Amino acid sequence: MGHTPAELLAVMAARQLKDCTAVFAGVGVPLLAAVLAQKTRAPRLTIVIEGGIIGMEVEPGRLPISTNEMRGARRALMLPSITDTFLLAQRGFFDYGFLGGAQIDRYGNLNTTAIGGSYDRPKVRLPGSGGAADIIALCREIIVVTFHERRRFVERVDFVTSPANLEGNGSRRKAGLLFGKVTRVVTNLGILGFDEGTGAMRLEALHPGVSLDDVVRQTGFDLILPPRLDTTDPPTDEELNILRSVDPERRFLG
Amino acid sequence: MELTDFREARRRIEAKQRHGGDKLTSVEEAARLVKDGDTLAVGGCLFTRTPMALVREVLRQRRQGLTLARNLTCTEGEFLLVAGAAQKIVTSWMSIGLPWGISKILREYAEQGRARFEEWSHMAIGLRFRAGAMGVPFLPTLTMLGSDLMGVTGAKTMACPYTGETLCLVPALFPDVALLHVHRADRLGNCQIDGYPHMDSDIAKAATTVLVTAEEIIPEDETRRRPDRTIIPGFLVDAVAEVPFGSYPHECYGLYEADFQHFGDYAAGIDARGSAAVKDYLDRYVYGPKGYADYLDLFGMETLMRQRRFARELTA
Repeated sequence: MGHTPAELLAVMAARQLKDCTAVFAGVGVPLLAAVLAQKTRAPRLTIVIEGGIIGMEVEPGRLPISTNEMRGARRALMLPSITDTFLLAQRGFFDYGFLGGAQIDRYGNLNTTAIGGSYDRPKVRLPGSGGAADIIALCREIIVVTFHERRRFVERVDFVTSPANLEGNGSRRKAGLLFGKVTRVVTNLGILGFDEGTGAMRLEALHPGVSLDDVVRQTGFDLILPPRLDTTDPPTDEELNILRSVDPERRFLG
Repeated sequence: MELTDFREARRRIEAKQRHGGDKLTSVEEAARLVKDGDTLAVGGCLFTRTPMALVREVLRQRRQGLTLARNLTCTEGEFLLVAGAAQKIVTSWMSIGLPWGISKILREYAEQGRARFEEWSHMAIGLRFRAGAMGVPFLPTLTMLGSDLMGVTGAKTMACPYTGETLCLVPALFPDVALLHVHRADRLGNCQIDGYPHMDSDIAKAATTVLVTAEEIIPEDETRRRPDRTIIPGFLVDAVAEVPFGSYPHECYGLYEADFQHFGDYAAGIDARGSAAVKDYLDRYVYGPKGYADYLDLFGMETLMRQRRFARELTA
Protein backbone atom coordinates (compact mmCIF):
# COMPACT_ATOMS: atom_id res chain seq x y z
CA MET A 1 0.00 0.00 0.00
CA GLY A 2 1.43 3.41 -0.94
CA HIS A 3 1.71 6.12 1.67
CA THR A 4 2.35 9.84 2.15
CA PRO A 5 5.43 11.19 4.01
CA ALA A 6 3.16 12.15 6.93
CA GLU A 7 1.79 8.60 7.13
CA LEU A 8 5.33 7.20 7.12
CA LEU A 9 6.30 9.61 9.90
CA ALA A 10 3.31 8.65 12.03
CA VAL A 11 3.97 4.92 11.60
CA MET A 12 7.67 5.18 12.43
CA ALA A 13 7.02 7.43 15.43
CA ALA A 14 4.29 5.09 16.74
CA ARG A 15 6.77 2.20 16.76
CA GLN A 16 8.97 4.06 19.25
CA LEU A 17 6.38 3.83 22.04
CA LYS A 18 6.24 0.95 24.54
CA ASP A 19 3.06 -0.27 26.21
CA CYS A 20 2.08 0.83 29.75
CA THR A 21 3.77 4.22 29.38
CA ALA A 22 2.59 7.82 29.13
CA VAL A 23 3.30 10.07 26.15
CA PHE A 24 2.98 13.86 26.09
CA ALA A 25 1.98 14.62 22.50
CA GLY A 26 1.02 17.66 20.47
CA VAL A 27 -1.82 17.64 17.94
CA GLY A 28 -1.13 16.72 14.32
CA VAL A 29 1.24 13.91 13.28
CA PRO A 30 2.56 13.28 16.85
CA LEU A 31 -0.98 12.66 18.11
CA LEU A 32 -1.72 10.40 15.14
CA ALA A 33 1.41 8.41 16.00
CA ALA A 34 0.35 8.09 19.63
CA VAL A 35 -3.15 6.98 18.65
CA LEU A 36 -1.72 4.42 16.21
CA ALA A 37 0.54 3.02 18.94
CA GLN A 38 -2.44 2.80 21.29
CA LYS A 39 -4.46 0.90 18.70
CA THR A 40 -1.63 -1.55 17.91
CA ARG A 41 1.37 -2.34 20.10
CA ALA A 42 0.60 -0.19 23.13
CA PRO A 43 -3.07 -0.54 24.19
CA ARG A 44 -2.22 0.71 27.67
CA LEU A 45 -0.51 3.87 26.42
CA THR A 46 -1.72 6.96 28.28
CA ILE A 47 -1.92 9.89 25.88
CA VAL A 48 -1.50 13.29 27.54
CA ILE A 49 -2.21 16.58 25.74
CA GLU A 50 -1.10 19.97 27.04
CA GLY A 51 -4.51 21.62 26.84
CA GLY A 52 -5.38 19.49 29.86
CA ILE A 53 -6.21 15.95 28.74
CA ILE A 54 -5.08 12.72 30.40
CA GLY A 55 -5.93 9.37 28.86
CA MET A 56 -7.16 10.50 25.48
CA GLU A 57 -8.83 7.95 23.19
CA VAL A 58 -9.62 9.18 19.71
CA GLU A 59 -12.66 7.88 17.88
CA PRO A 60 -12.43 7.56 14.08
CA GLY A 61 -13.21 10.89 12.46
CA ARG A 62 -13.04 12.75 15.76
CA LEU A 63 -9.42 13.79 15.79
CA PRO A 64 -8.96 17.02 17.76
CA ILE A 65 -7.67 20.09 15.92
CA SER A 66 -6.39 21.92 19.00
CA THR A 67 -4.95 20.68 22.30
CA ASN A 68 -8.05 21.70 24.22
CA GLU A 69 -11.24 21.25 22.27
CA MET A 70 -14.21 18.94 22.84
CA ARG A 71 -13.08 16.11 20.56
CA GLY A 72 -9.99 15.66 22.70
CA ALA A 73 -11.95 15.42 25.93
CA ARG A 74 -14.31 12.73 24.68
CA ARG A 75 -13.51 9.46 26.49
CA ALA A 76 -10.58 11.03 28.39
CA LEU A 77 -9.84 9.93 31.94
CA MET A 78 -9.21 13.38 33.39
CA LEU A 79 -9.24 17.04 32.39
CA PRO A 80 -6.80 18.85 34.70
CA SER A 81 -5.89 22.50 34.38
CA ILE A 82 -3.15 23.25 31.85
CA THR A 83 -0.63 24.18 34.54
CA ASP A 84 -1.34 21.00 36.52
CA THR A 85 -0.87 18.93 33.37
CA PHE A 86 2.62 20.37 32.87
CA LEU A 87 3.40 19.95 36.57
CA LEU A 88 2.84 16.19 36.15
CA ALA A 89 5.59 16.28 33.53
CA GLN A 90 7.86 18.23 35.87
CA ARG A 91 7.27 15.64 38.59
CA GLY A 92 8.55 12.96 36.20
CA PHE A 93 5.42 10.99 35.29
CA PHE A 94 5.70 11.18 31.51
CA ASP A 95 7.86 8.59 29.75
CA TYR A 96 7.82 10.21 26.33
CA GLY A 97 7.43 13.62 24.78
CA PHE A 98 6.72 14.03 21.07
CA LEU A 99 7.90 17.25 19.41
CA GLY A 100 8.36 18.87 16.02
CA GLY A 101 9.95 22.12 14.87
CA ALA A 102 10.59 24.44 11.95
CA GLN A 103 14.34 24.07 12.45
CA ILE A 104 16.45 21.39 14.15
CA ASP A 105 20.23 21.47 14.48
CA ARG A 106 23.16 19.08 14.93
CA TYR A 107 22.50 18.92 18.68
CA GLY A 108 18.75 18.42 18.34
CA ASN A 109 17.78 21.92 19.46
CA LEU A 110 14.45 23.04 18.04
CA ASN A 111 13.26 26.43 16.83
CA THR A 112 9.57 27.34 16.64
CA THR A 113 10.02 31.05 17.45
CA ALA A 114 11.61 32.99 14.60
CA ILE A 115 13.82 32.60 11.53
CA GLY A 116 16.36 35.26 10.56
CA GLY A 117 16.66 38.83 11.81
CA SER A 118 16.49 39.49 15.53
CA TYR A 119 13.94 38.36 18.11
CA ASP A 120 12.27 41.78 18.02
CA ARG A 121 12.40 42.12 14.23
CA PRO A 122 12.45 38.57 12.85
CA LYS A 123 12.51 37.83 9.15
CA VAL A 124 9.84 35.15 9.67
CA ARG A 125 7.87 34.97 12.90
CA LEU A 126 6.71 31.47 13.85
CA PRO A 127 3.86 30.66 16.28
CA GLY A 128 6.13 30.12 19.30
CA SER A 129 6.93 27.50 21.89
CA GLY A 130 3.53 26.52 23.18
CA GLY A 131 4.42 23.58 25.40
CA ALA A 132 7.44 22.48 23.35
CA ALA A 133 10.07 24.04 25.62
CA ASP A 134 8.36 22.39 28.59
CA ILE A 135 8.06 18.96 27.00
CA ILE A 136 11.74 18.89 26.02
CA ALA A 137 12.79 19.94 29.53
CA LEU A 138 10.49 17.73 31.57
CA CYS A 139 9.65 14.41 29.87
CA ARG A 140 11.99 11.46 30.30
CA GLU A 141 12.58 10.54 26.66
CA ILE A 142 11.90 13.08 23.97
CA ILE A 143 11.28 11.97 20.41
CA VAL A 144 11.37 14.56 17.65
CA VAL A 145 9.04 13.84 14.73
CA THR A 146 9.76 15.96 11.66
CA PHE A 147 10.01 16.07 7.89
CA HIS A 148 13.59 15.74 6.72
CA GLU A 149 14.42 18.82 4.64
CA ARG A 150 17.64 20.74 4.23
CA ARG A 151 16.00 24.04 5.26
CA ARG A 152 14.92 22.40 8.53
CA PHE A 153 18.09 20.45 9.36
CA VAL A 154 20.47 23.36 9.93
CA GLU A 155 23.93 23.65 11.48
CA ARG A 156 22.61 25.91 14.23
CA VAL A 157 19.00 26.94 14.87
CA ASP A 158 18.35 30.70 14.68
CA PHE A 159 16.66 30.60 18.08
CA VAL A 160 16.73 27.80 20.64
CA THR A 161 13.07 27.56 21.62
CA SER A 162 13.39 24.00 22.88
CA PRO A 163 16.87 22.94 24.00
CA ALA A 164 18.00 19.37 23.32
CA ASN A 165 21.78 18.93 23.73
CA LEU A 166 22.51 22.68 23.38
CA GLU A 167 26.18 22.87 22.29
CA GLY A 168 26.77 19.20 23.08
CA ASN A 169 29.36 17.71 25.44
CA GLY A 170 27.15 17.88 28.53
CA SER A 171 25.98 21.49 28.09
CA ARG A 172 22.33 20.40 28.51
CA ARG A 173 23.11 19.16 32.02
CA LYS A 174 25.13 22.30 32.79
CA ALA A 175 22.16 24.53 31.89
CA GLY A 176 20.20 22.82 34.65
CA LEU A 177 18.25 20.37 32.49
CA LEU A 178 18.80 17.38 34.75
CA PHE A 179 16.27 14.81 33.72
CA GLY A 180 15.02 14.63 30.16
CA LYS A 181 16.91 13.37 27.17
CA VAL A 182 16.25 13.63 23.45
CA THR A 183 16.72 10.07 22.26
CA ARG A 184 15.38 9.94 18.72
CA VAL A 185 14.66 12.03 15.68
CA VAL A 186 12.13 10.26 13.49
CA THR A 187 11.93 11.65 9.96
CA ASN A 188 10.35 10.60 6.70
CA LEU A 189 13.81 9.44 5.55
CA GLY A 190 15.08 7.52 8.54
CA ILE A 191 15.67 7.27 12.28
CA LEU A 192 18.37 9.31 13.96
CA GLY A 193 19.80 9.42 17.45
CA PHE A 194 22.58 11.22 19.30
CA ASP A 195 26.17 10.34 20.17
CA GLU A 196 26.42 9.77 23.92
CA GLY A 197 29.65 11.74 24.33
CA THR A 198 29.42 14.71 22.00
CA GLY A 199 25.61 14.93 21.88
CA ALA A 200 25.73 15.32 18.08
CA MET A 201 23.15 13.76 15.76
CA ARG A 202 23.83 10.31 14.35
CA LEU A 203 22.02 8.45 11.60
CA GLU A 204 20.76 5.06 12.78
CA ALA A 205 18.41 3.64 10.18
CA LEU A 206 17.00 4.38 6.75
CA HIS A 207 13.43 3.78 5.66
CA PRO A 208 12.93 1.35 2.76
CA GLY A 209 13.92 2.86 -0.59
CA VAL A 210 15.85 5.75 1.00
CA SER A 211 19.60 6.03 0.28
CA LEU A 212 22.30 7.49 2.50
CA ASP A 213 22.77 10.10 -0.20
CA ASP A 214 19.10 11.17 0.12
CA VAL A 215 19.66 11.83 3.82
CA VAL A 216 22.94 13.67 3.32
CA ARG A 217 21.36 15.86 0.64
CA GLN A 218 18.52 16.87 2.96
CA THR A 219 20.73 17.57 5.99
CA GLY A 220 22.51 20.90 6.39
CA PHE A 221 25.28 19.54 8.65
CA ASP A 222 27.53 16.49 8.84
CA LEU A 223 25.83 13.54 10.49
CA ILE A 224 27.71 10.90 12.43
CA LEU A 225 27.43 7.65 10.47
CA PRO A 226 27.42 4.29 12.22
CA PRO A 227 29.51 1.39 10.89
CA ARG A 228 26.33 -0.32 9.72
CA LEU A 229 22.94 1.21 8.83
CA ASP A 230 19.70 -0.60 9.63
CA THR A 231 16.65 -0.46 7.39
CA THR A 232 13.23 -0.05 8.95
CA ASP A 233 10.28 -2.30 8.12
CA PRO A 234 7.84 -0.59 5.76
CA PRO A 235 4.44 0.54 7.07
CA THR A 236 1.95 -2.32 7.14
CA ASP A 237 -1.52 -2.14 5.63
CA GLU A 238 -2.93 -2.46 9.14
CA GLU A 239 -0.98 0.59 10.35
CA LEU A 240 -2.00 2.68 7.36
CA ASN A 241 -5.65 1.63 7.59
CA ILE A 242 -5.81 2.64 11.24
CA LEU A 243 -4.26 6.03 10.52
CA ARG A 244 -6.70 6.66 7.67
CA SER A 245 -9.68 5.70 9.79
CA VAL A 246 -8.57 8.11 12.53
CA ASP A 247 -8.02 11.03 10.12
CA PRO A 248 -10.50 10.38 7.27
CA GLU A 249 -10.49 14.06 6.28
CA ARG A 250 -6.69 13.80 5.95
CA ARG A 251 -6.22 16.96 7.95
CA PHE A 252 -2.79 15.90 9.09
CA LEU A 253 -1.99 12.84 6.94
CA GLY A 254 -1.26 14.89 3.82
CA MET B 1 4.19 47.25 32.06
CA GLU B 2 2.48 44.27 33.68
CA LEU B 3 2.32 44.27 37.46
CA THR B 4 4.74 41.73 38.94
CA ASP B 5 5.27 43.20 42.43
CA PHE B 6 3.44 41.01 44.94
CA ARG B 7 3.38 43.83 47.54
CA GLU B 8 1.52 46.22 45.25
CA ALA B 9 -0.73 43.37 44.08
CA ARG B 10 -1.68 42.64 47.69
CA ARG B 11 -2.30 46.34 48.40
CA ARG B 12 -4.66 46.52 45.45
CA ILE B 13 -6.70 43.58 46.72
CA GLU B 14 -6.86 45.02 50.25
CA ALA B 15 -7.87 48.44 48.90
CA LYS B 16 -10.83 46.95 47.08
CA GLN B 17 -14.25 46.75 48.55
CA ARG B 18 -14.80 42.99 48.70
CA HIS B 19 -18.40 42.24 49.36
CA GLY B 20 -20.92 39.54 48.85
CA GLY B 21 -23.27 41.78 46.94
CA ASP B 22 -24.95 41.58 43.59
CA LYS B 23 -22.45 41.60 40.71
CA LEU B 24 -24.97 41.14 37.92
CA THR B 25 -24.66 43.74 35.19
CA SER B 26 -24.51 44.02 31.40
CA VAL B 27 -21.45 43.13 29.36
CA GLU B 28 -21.23 46.81 28.31
CA GLU B 29 -21.09 47.98 31.94
CA ALA B 30 -18.69 45.20 32.92
CA ALA B 31 -16.24 46.20 30.17
CA ARG B 32 -16.22 49.80 31.45
CA LEU B 33 -14.01 48.57 34.29
CA VAL B 34 -11.19 48.17 31.75
CA LYS B 35 -8.95 51.25 31.54
CA ASP B 36 -6.49 52.37 28.89
CA GLY B 37 -3.06 50.83 29.50
CA ASP B 38 -4.39 47.82 31.42
CA THR B 39 -2.97 44.33 31.18
CA LEU B 40 -5.83 42.00 30.30
CA ALA B 41 -5.63 38.29 31.05
CA VAL B 42 -7.99 36.38 28.82
CA GLY B 43 -9.35 33.04 30.04
CA GLY B 44 -9.90 29.82 28.15
CA CYS B 45 -7.28 28.60 25.71
CA LEU B 46 -6.93 29.25 21.98
CA PHE B 47 -10.43 28.88 20.46
CA THR B 48 -11.98 27.46 23.60
CA ARG B 49 -14.06 29.41 26.12
CA THR B 50 -12.61 32.72 24.93
CA PRO B 51 -14.57 35.61 26.52
CA MET B 52 -15.48 36.94 23.07
CA ALA B 53 -18.37 39.14 24.21
CA LEU B 54 -16.06 40.94 26.66
CA VAL B 55 -13.19 41.25 24.16
CA ARG B 56 -15.65 42.59 21.61
CA GLU B 57 -16.96 45.17 24.10
CA VAL B 58 -13.44 46.30 25.07
CA LEU B 59 -12.83 46.93 21.37
CA ARG B 60 -16.15 48.78 20.97
CA GLN B 61 -15.22 51.08 23.84
CA ARG B 62 -11.97 51.87 21.96
CA ARG B 63 -9.57 51.12 24.79
CA GLN B 64 -5.92 51.88 24.00
CA GLY B 65 -2.45 50.76 25.09
CA LEU B 66 -3.57 47.38 26.37
CA THR B 67 -1.36 44.35 26.96
CA LEU B 68 -2.90 40.95 26.28
CA ALA B 69 -1.75 38.02 28.41
CA ARG B 70 -2.95 34.60 27.32
CA ASN B 71 -1.60 31.03 27.26
CA LEU B 72 -2.29 30.38 23.56
CA THR B 73 -3.49 33.37 21.53
CA CYS B 74 -6.10 33.04 18.80
CA THR B 75 -8.26 35.46 16.78
CA GLU B 76 -8.87 37.73 19.78
CA GLY B 77 -5.16 38.66 19.72
CA GLU B 78 -5.40 39.55 16.04
CA PHE B 79 -8.46 41.73 16.75
CA LEU B 80 -6.70 43.63 19.54
CA LEU B 81 -3.61 44.24 17.39
CA VAL B 82 -5.41 45.35 14.23
CA ALA B 83 -7.85 47.54 16.18
CA GLY B 84 -4.83 49.32 17.64
CA ALA B 85 -6.01 48.45 21.15
CA ALA B 86 -2.94 46.40 22.18
CA GLN B 87 0.73 46.72 21.25
CA LYS B 88 2.04 43.93 23.45
CA ILE B 89 1.10 40.27 23.78
CA VAL B 90 2.45 38.00 26.51
CA THR B 91 1.87 34.45 25.30
CA SER B 92 3.45 31.10 24.40
CA TRP B 93 1.93 30.59 20.95
CA MET B 94 -0.21 32.45 18.44
CA SER B 95 -2.28 31.12 15.51
CA ILE B 96 -5.89 30.04 15.04
CA GLY B 97 -4.73 26.43 14.96
CA LEU B 98 -2.60 24.06 12.88
CA PRO B 99 -4.98 23.72 9.89
CA TRP B 100 -4.90 27.50 9.33
CA GLY B 101 -1.11 27.83 9.40
CA ILE B 102 1.00 30.59 10.87
CA SER B 103 -0.93 33.74 11.78
CA LYS B 104 -0.24 36.31 9.07
CA ILE B 105 -1.24 39.03 11.52
CA LEU B 106 1.36 37.83 14.00
CA ARG B 107 3.91 37.82 11.17
CA GLU B 108 2.95 41.29 9.94
CA TYR B 109 3.08 42.88 13.41
CA ALA B 110 6.20 41.04 14.62
CA GLU B 111 8.25 41.34 11.45
CA GLN B 112 7.49 45.06 11.08
CA GLY B 113 8.15 45.64 14.77
CA ARG B 114 4.63 47.03 15.26
CA ALA B 115 3.94 45.01 18.39
CA ARG B 116 5.98 43.26 21.04
CA PHE B 117 5.53 39.53 21.56
CA GLU B 118 6.88 38.36 24.87
CA GLU B 119 7.14 34.61 24.44
CA TRP B 120 7.21 32.29 27.44
CA SER B 121 6.73 28.55 27.43
CA HIS B 122 3.13 27.44 27.95
CA MET B 123 3.91 26.13 31.43
CA ALA B 124 5.77 29.31 32.35
CA ILE B 125 2.69 31.39 31.49
CA GLY B 126 0.68 29.05 33.71
CA LEU B 127 3.16 29.32 36.57
CA ARG B 128 3.18 33.12 36.28
CA PHE B 129 -0.60 33.14 36.80
CA ARG B 130 -0.23 30.49 39.53
CA ALA B 131 2.35 32.63 41.37
CA GLY B 132 -0.03 35.57 41.04
CA ALA B 133 -2.87 33.43 42.39
CA MET B 134 -0.66 32.44 45.33
CA GLY B 135 0.34 36.05 46.05
CA VAL B 136 4.06 35.22 45.90
CA PRO B 137 6.67 37.06 43.79
CA PHE B 138 7.82 34.10 41.66
CA LEU B 139 7.88 30.34 41.34
CA PRO B 140 10.89 28.11 40.72
CA THR B 141 10.63 25.64 37.88
CA LEU B 142 12.73 23.20 35.85
CA THR B 143 11.41 24.36 32.48
CA MET B 144 12.87 26.93 30.03
CA LEU B 145 16.43 26.40 31.30
CA GLY B 146 18.85 26.50 28.36
CA SER B 147 16.18 27.99 26.10
CA ASP B 148 16.73 31.34 24.34
CA LEU B 149 13.32 32.25 25.82
CA MET B 150 15.25 33.00 29.04
CA GLY B 151 16.89 35.99 27.37
CA VAL B 152 13.75 37.54 25.84
CA THR B 153 11.55 37.34 28.94
CA GLY B 154 11.94 38.34 32.56
CA ALA B 155 12.85 34.81 33.64
CA LYS B 156 15.90 34.48 35.87
CA THR B 157 17.98 31.62 37.19
CA MET B 158 19.19 30.96 40.71
CA ALA B 159 21.08 28.24 42.48
CA CYS B 160 18.71 26.15 44.59
CA PRO B 161 19.46 27.07 48.23
CA TYR B 162 19.02 23.42 49.23
CA THR B 163 20.69 21.40 46.45
CA GLY B 164 22.75 23.96 44.52
CA GLU B 165 21.10 22.98 41.22
CA THR B 166 20.16 25.68 38.70
CA LEU B 167 16.49 26.68 38.78
CA CYS B 168 14.43 28.88 36.47
CA LEU B 169 12.37 31.55 38.24
CA VAL B 170 9.27 33.00 36.63
CA PRO B 171 7.80 36.22 38.02
CA ALA B 172 4.18 36.38 39.15
CA LEU B 173 1.84 38.02 36.66
CA PHE B 174 -0.90 40.09 38.29
CA PRO B 175 -3.25 41.19 35.48
CA ASP B 176 -5.15 44.42 35.99
CA VAL B 177 -8.27 42.78 34.63
CA ALA B 178 -9.27 39.17 34.00
CA LEU B 179 -11.82 38.50 31.25
CA LEU B 180 -13.48 35.11 31.69
CA HIS B 181 -16.34 33.21 30.13
CA VAL B 182 -17.97 30.40 32.13
CA HIS B 183 -20.89 28.02 31.83
CA ARG B 184 -22.85 29.13 34.91
CA ALA B 185 -22.61 31.90 37.48
CA ASP B 186 -24.96 33.27 40.08
CA ARG B 187 -25.62 36.95 40.80
CA LEU B 188 -22.91 36.92 43.47
CA GLY B 189 -20.31 35.88 40.90
CA ASN B 190 -19.77 32.26 41.95
CA CYS B 191 -18.66 30.56 38.73
CA GLN B 192 -18.96 26.99 37.49
CA ILE B 193 -17.14 25.60 34.47
CA ASP B 194 -17.72 22.32 32.61
CA GLY B 195 -14.98 20.52 30.72
CA TYR B 196 -11.48 21.97 30.56
CA PRO B 197 -10.63 24.31 33.46
CA HIS B 198 -7.63 25.79 31.54
CA MET B 199 -6.01 28.52 33.70
CA ASP B 200 -9.18 30.43 34.61
CA SER B 201 -9.11 29.77 38.35
CA ASP B 202 -5.53 31.03 38.72
CA ILE B 203 -6.21 34.03 36.47
CA ALA B 204 -9.22 35.07 38.58
CA LYS B 205 -7.13 34.95 41.76
CA ALA B 206 -4.14 36.76 40.22
CA ALA B 207 -6.08 39.69 38.73
CA THR B 208 -7.08 42.89 40.49
CA THR B 209 -10.44 43.11 38.71
CA VAL B 210 -12.40 40.09 37.46
CA LEU B 211 -15.08 40.37 34.75
CA VAL B 212 -17.16 37.32 33.89
CA THR B 213 -19.70 36.46 31.25
CA ALA B 214 -21.77 33.32 31.80
CA GLU B 215 -23.84 31.26 29.42
CA GLU B 216 -26.46 31.17 32.15
CA ILE B 217 -27.13 33.05 35.38
CA ILE B 218 -28.36 30.56 37.96
CA PRO B 219 -29.99 31.14 41.35
CA GLU B 220 -27.67 31.06 44.35
CA ASP B 221 -29.53 27.97 45.57
CA GLU B 222 -28.46 26.10 42.46
CA THR B 223 -24.81 26.97 43.14
CA ARG B 224 -25.30 25.65 46.67
CA ARG B 225 -26.69 22.39 45.31
CA ARG B 226 -23.46 21.77 43.35
CA PRO B 227 -20.71 23.57 45.29
CA ASP B 228 -18.16 21.02 44.03
CA ARG B 229 -18.57 22.53 40.58
CA THR B 230 -17.72 26.08 41.70
CA ILE B 231 -14.16 26.97 40.71
CA ILE B 232 -14.23 30.75 41.24
CA PRO B 233 -15.80 32.10 44.44
CA GLY B 234 -17.98 35.16 44.02
CA PHE B 235 -15.85 37.39 46.25
CA LEU B 236 -13.15 37.42 43.56
CA VAL B 237 -15.55 38.69 40.94
CA ASP B 238 -16.41 42.33 40.20
CA ALA B 239 -18.99 41.99 37.46
CA VAL B 240 -20.94 39.16 35.88
CA ALA B 241 -23.18 39.32 32.83
CA GLU B 242 -25.38 36.71 31.17
CA VAL B 243 -24.29 36.17 27.56
CA PRO B 244 -25.45 32.99 25.83
CA PHE B 245 -23.00 32.04 23.05
CA GLY B 246 -20.59 34.45 24.76
CA SER B 247 -17.54 32.72 23.25
CA TYR B 248 -18.86 32.38 19.72
CA PRO B 249 -17.35 31.63 17.15
CA HIS B 250 -15.00 29.96 19.63
CA GLU B 251 -16.25 26.88 21.49
CA CYS B 252 -17.87 26.38 24.85
CA TYR B 253 -17.61 22.81 26.13
CA GLY B 254 -20.84 20.85 25.76
CA LEU B 255 -22.77 23.88 24.50
CA TYR B 256 -21.41 24.80 21.07
CA GLU B 257 -18.55 23.82 18.85
CA ALA B 258 -16.09 26.32 17.37
CA ASP B 259 -17.19 27.52 13.94
CA PHE B 260 -14.36 26.15 11.80
CA GLN B 261 -16.04 27.31 8.60
CA HIS B 262 -16.08 30.86 9.97
CA PHE B 263 -12.36 30.55 10.85
CA GLY B 264 -11.72 29.33 7.30
CA ASP B 265 -13.46 32.34 5.74
CA TYR B 266 -11.70 34.71 8.15
CA ALA B 267 -8.27 33.17 7.40
CA ALA B 268 -8.93 33.23 3.64
CA GLY B 269 -9.65 36.96 3.90
CA ILE B 270 -6.31 37.50 5.67
CA ASP B 271 -4.49 35.36 3.10
CA ALA B 272 -5.85 37.63 0.39
CA ARG B 273 -5.64 41.04 2.05
CA GLY B 274 -3.66 40.83 5.30
CA SER B 275 -4.74 43.06 8.17
CA ALA B 276 -7.13 45.03 5.92
CA ALA B 277 -9.38 41.93 6.02
CA VAL B 278 -9.33 42.02 9.83
CA LYS B 279 -10.28 45.74 9.75
CA ASP B 280 -13.32 44.88 7.64
CA TYR B 281 -14.12 41.96 9.91
CA LEU B 282 -14.04 44.27 12.94
CA ASP B 283 -16.40 46.71 11.20
CA ARG B 284 -18.82 43.91 10.41
CA TYR B 285 -18.65 41.81 13.59
CA VAL B 286 -17.44 44.17 16.34
CA TYR B 287 -18.25 47.82 15.67
CA GLY B 288 -21.33 47.30 13.47
CA PRO B 289 -23.80 45.26 15.52
CA LYS B 290 -25.22 47.23 18.43
CA GLY B 291 -25.85 44.48 20.93
CA TYR B 292 -24.64 40.92 21.26
CA ALA B 293 -27.94 39.62 19.86
CA ASP B 294 -27.32 41.61 16.67
CA TYR B 295 -23.83 40.12 16.55
CA LEU B 296 -25.21 36.58 16.82
CA ASP B 297 -27.74 37.39 14.08
CA LEU B 298 -24.79 37.70 11.67
CA PHE B 299 -24.13 33.98 12.17
CA GLY B 300 -27.82 33.05 12.09
CA MET B 301 -29.86 30.85 14.37
CA GLU B 302 -29.53 27.84 12.08
CA THR B 303 -25.73 27.89 12.36
CA LEU B 304 -25.79 28.42 16.12
CA MET B 305 -28.18 25.50 16.58
CA ARG B 306 -26.03 23.30 14.33
CA GLN B 307 -22.96 24.12 16.44
CA ARG B 308 -24.98 23.35 19.58
CA ARG B 309 -25.98 19.97 18.13
CA PHE B 310 -22.32 19.13 17.34
CA ALA B 311 -21.32 19.99 20.90
CA ARG B 312 -24.06 17.84 22.39
CA GLU B 313 -23.00 14.91 20.19
CA LEU B 314 -19.35 15.33 21.13
CA THR B 315 -20.03 15.39 24.86
CA ALA B 316 -22.93 12.89 24.95
